[in-house]
Amino acid sequence: MASAVYDRVAALLVDRFGVPVDDINPEASFEDLDLDSLDLVEFSLACEEELGVRIEDEEAENLATLGDAVTLLESKGATVQNS
Amino acid sequence: MTDALRPRPRAGATAVIEGLGTWVPPRVVTNDELAQTLDTSDEWIRTRTGIIERHFADADMSTLDLATEAGARAIKSAGGAQVDAVVLGTTTPDRTCPGTAPEVASRLGLPNVAAFDVQAVCSGFVYALAAGVGLVAAGIAGRVLVIGAEVITPFMDPEDRGTKVIFGDGAGGVVVRAGEPDELGAIGPFDLGSDGEHSVLISLPAGGSRVPFARDQPDRKDTYFFMDGREVYRHAIPRMVTSSQIVLAKAGVDVADVDRFVGHQANARILDAVAERLGIPPERRVVNIDKYGNTAAATIPLALADADLSAGDRVLITAFGGGLTWGSTTFTWPDLTSA
Repeated sequence: MASAVYDRVAALLVDRFGVPVDDINPEASFEDLDLDSLDLVEFSLACEEELGVRIEDEEAENLATLGDAVTLLESKGATVQNS
Repeated sequence: MTDALRPRPRAGATAVIEGLGTWVPPRVVTNDELAQTLDTSDEWIRTRTGIIERHFADADMSTLDLATEAGARAIKSAGGAQVDAVVLGTTTPDRTCPGTAPEVASRLGLPNVAAFDVQAVCSGFVYALAAGVGLVAAGIAGRVLVIGAEVITPFMDPEDRGTKVIFGDGAGGVVVRAGEPDELGAIGPFDLGSDGEHSVLISLPAGGSRVPFARDQPDRKDTYFFMDGREVYRHAIPRMVTSSQIVLAKAGVDVADVDRFVGHQANARILDAVAERLGIPPERRVVNIDKYGNTAAATIPLALADADLSAGDRVLITAFGGGLTWGSTTFTWPDLTSA
């Protein structure tokens, strides 16, 4: 699952949530990544800050894997600006 | 009291902090005690909120009692100064009507002084402080006692683990007087804001004019405090970050010069998330939610008392709560002994 959005989300999980790089893969669940319900809220907020796309609470609850989150973000028009 | 102890009200004065007092009811309630009646655990509460214990008022104690104790201590800390106004930030007044501040003033032996409540929920202390500073700056009062006090635990739904474990009772207050902007203790600019679109996220529905008690027999749930914790979490972080940045910019203070960051103690993880975004390192963040839980309008004075402050320290305070409301200000810490 190579995409600019995936790379940005992966970087965000490593930088802001201290997730080990090796644990990150599209099939990983948020539980696998050791993120609890409040982390998920903060993850949504971080996505909003960095990608300009809001994940609603109800949507967050239905995200089984990291890949699902990236697919949702892309379907909502998330784009990565080159900095 | 002699007139010498009473600063003359003067329009354009700067409000200066000169006293800090706090009081919490003696009964300590641990996470384990709450886990006996709720589907939760010490580990869950600690990791999600940072709370280890909180204080519960006894059945015969009200916000008035806590506010009076804290107010008396703040006045003592200020050297027994005569105050001419009492502003009480609380979301749990003794009664829906009247306000509790006049009775606090009476009990403190301050007859006839201006006294009123400020209802801004968890932002109550910052809003009450802004009101106190405003009274001083407008020349309406020369010295103001500003209190944040709550007996909020009786409003918690015993079946709601999302709120029951978070809140605690407590009170704290400061005395501010008319002074000069270059004094230690001088309070700087404020940023206050609100967003009533989200009033339902933190609410106690019954007992007001919309759903009066008894006459309409409100739903049982409506008689308890309600909070959509996750949605509040989402709003709280950006609001407190932006509000903090605004007051620092207004005050011309660089974030690197903030010695103590005293945020509303709602959740240790919110505080860390806000401080992270502001660029305030962990050793400058004041966290005492482990001892008291969320005491709503009382958290900031209680945290100031635990902040290990020295004269000259630059302090940034910020709060967020029901309304929604938020507010921030910054000041230097004066040379005082808290009580």
